Amino acid sequence: MPRVVVTGLGTVSALGPDTASFWRSLLAGQSGIGPLDGDLAGKTSVAVGAQARGYDPLQHFDVKHLDLLDRFSQFALLAAREAARDAGLSFDGERGERTAVVMGTGVAGKTTEDDAFRLLYGHDQKRFSPFIIPRTMANAATSQITMDLGITGPGFTVSTACSSANHAIGLALGMVRSGLVDAALAGGSEAPFSLGMIRGWEGVRVLAPDTCRPFSRDRKGLVLGEGGAVVVLEPEERARARGANIYGEVAGFGMSSDAGHITQPSESGAARAMEAALRDAGVAPEAIGYINAHGTGTLANDITETQAIHRVFGAHAGRLAVSSTKSMHGHALGAAGALELVATLLALREGLLPPTANFLAPGDGCDLDYVPLQAREARAGAALSNSFAFGGLNAVLCVRRWE
Amino acid sequence: MDSNLAQKVIEIIAKTQHLDAAKITLDSSYEDLGIDSLDGVNILFAMENEFDILIPDEAAKEIRNVRHTVEGVAKLLDAKASGTGG
Repeated sequence: MPRVVVTGLGTVSALGPDTASFWRSLLAGQSGIGPLDGDLAGKTSVAVGAQARGYDPLQHFDVKHLDLLDRFSQFALLAAREAARDAGLSFDGERGERTAVVMGTGVAGKTTEDDAFRLLYGHDQKRFSPFIIPRTMANAATSQITMDLGITGPGFTVSTACSSANHAIGLALGMVRSGLVDAALAGGSEAPFSLGMIRGWEGVRVLAPDTCRPFSRDRKGLVLGEGGAVVVLEPEERARARGANIYGEVAGFGMSSDAGHITQPSESGAARAMEAALRDAGVAPEAIGYINAHGTGTLANDITETQAIHRVFGAHAGRLAVSSTKSMHGHALGAAGALELVATLLALREGLLPPTANFLAPGDGCDLDYVPLQAREARAGAALSNSFAFGGLNAVLCVRRWE
Repeated sequence: MDSNLAQKVIEIIAKTQHLDAAKITLDSSYEDLGIDSLDGVNILFAMENEFDILIPDEAAKEIRNVRHTVEGVAKLLDAKASGTGG
C-alpha cells in the first residue's frame, strides 16, 4: 500500500483569504471571531461569528459565474485553486481523468435557499430563478471545482455535519492508496451565516455569546465559522517523481458511529475513531505528539473529548499537546476538518503548535495540555486531527511528519 | 412589433446575462450571445417576473432567439389583456 502525501494546500477562512494568512493568524493566536456583520447583526441573540470579513466575491469571480455560485461553492473554488496551484498540478488529459475531487459540506447552499424561501414564504413569490437548485445542491462545490480545474475523474460530496471534511479526506485517502486515482483534491467548505441557520443553531443553545474558549473555564459554547480548505493528496512515489513539495503524510483514517444520541457526544465513539486512525496508520499512541482537537468549546464536547483522549492514550495523554484552532477560525462545520488538517500538517512541518486562543484557565474535567494562548515550538512526529459530528459520526485523520 | 416591448426585452436579456444591451438585436440568436439552455430558462424567469406572465414549458422550449422572445412575450401580454390567459 503506497504512502499518501499532501502536496498542496488551499484555505479561505475568517483568518484570511489564503493558507499563508491562515497560518500566520494561528501562530499569533489571533482569533477571527467578531461581531456578526450588518445583515445578521441584532436579528437573533447570536452576537458573534468567525466570518470571512473583507471577502469580496468580485475580486475572484466574474458576475456571470457568481450567478451560479453559492458562497459555499465560492470558498471551495478558492481553496481548490490555491491547492492546485500550490501543488503545481494541472489536469489536462489523462491527469484529469486520474484525479478525484471529494468535498465535504454540512449545510451546502443554505444562504441561497434562505434568500429564496424568504421570498416564497414572506412574499408568496410565484416563480423562482432556475439557478436556485444548481446553487443549493450539496454537490455544487465539488462540481464547480471539477469544471474550474478540468478534473474529469471521480467526484462526489460527503455530508456528515461537522465531520464532513474529514470523511471526505479519508475517503480520498483510500482512493489514492488503492490506486483508483493518482491524485485527489479533498476537503470541505461551508457558509452557514444565513438567518435560518443562525436561528436553528440558536435553538440548540450551544452557541457562545462572547467567544470560543475550548477546554477553558467560563467557556460558553461554540462560535460558527465559515470558509473552505482543500488538500492535494498523491502517492509518495508520484509526488517524489515530479519533485513536488511534500507537506506531510496522511497516514491513517478512522471512523466510528456513536449509535447513541443525536447531539450528545460519546466518549467511546470518539475513542474508537482515534484508535481506528492510529491502527490504520500503524502509529503507536506514544508516537503522537499533537492532537488538533474537535474542541468546539461546548461544555459537553470538551469534557468528553478529554476523557476519550485519556482512554486512548493512558499515561501518554499527559505528555501530548492538544489544541483547538476553532478558537480562532470558529466552527466551520463541514469545512472544519479540512481547515484543521491544514493546521495540523503545518504544525508538524514547521515544528510549531498552534495554540488554543481565548483560554482563561482549565475548565472542570479538562486536565490536558491545551497549548493555551501562545504557539509553541515542539517537534511532533505524528498527530491526530479529530472531528466528531452531531449525529455521532466520528472521523479522525492521522498525520505523520515528512522527513 | 412593439418596439418599446422589444427594447424592454433586450434590456432584460442584457441584465440577466451581464451583457451590453447595445450588442443585442432582434436578430441575435441565444447561441450568438453565448446563452446556454440554463441561461435561457433564467431569461424566461426574468420575463415572467417583469411582465407578470406565465410562460408554459412547451412554449419555453421554442424560444431560442431574441425575436421569438419578444413575440412570445407579446402574445402572452395580449392574452393577459384580453383576459384569456396569462
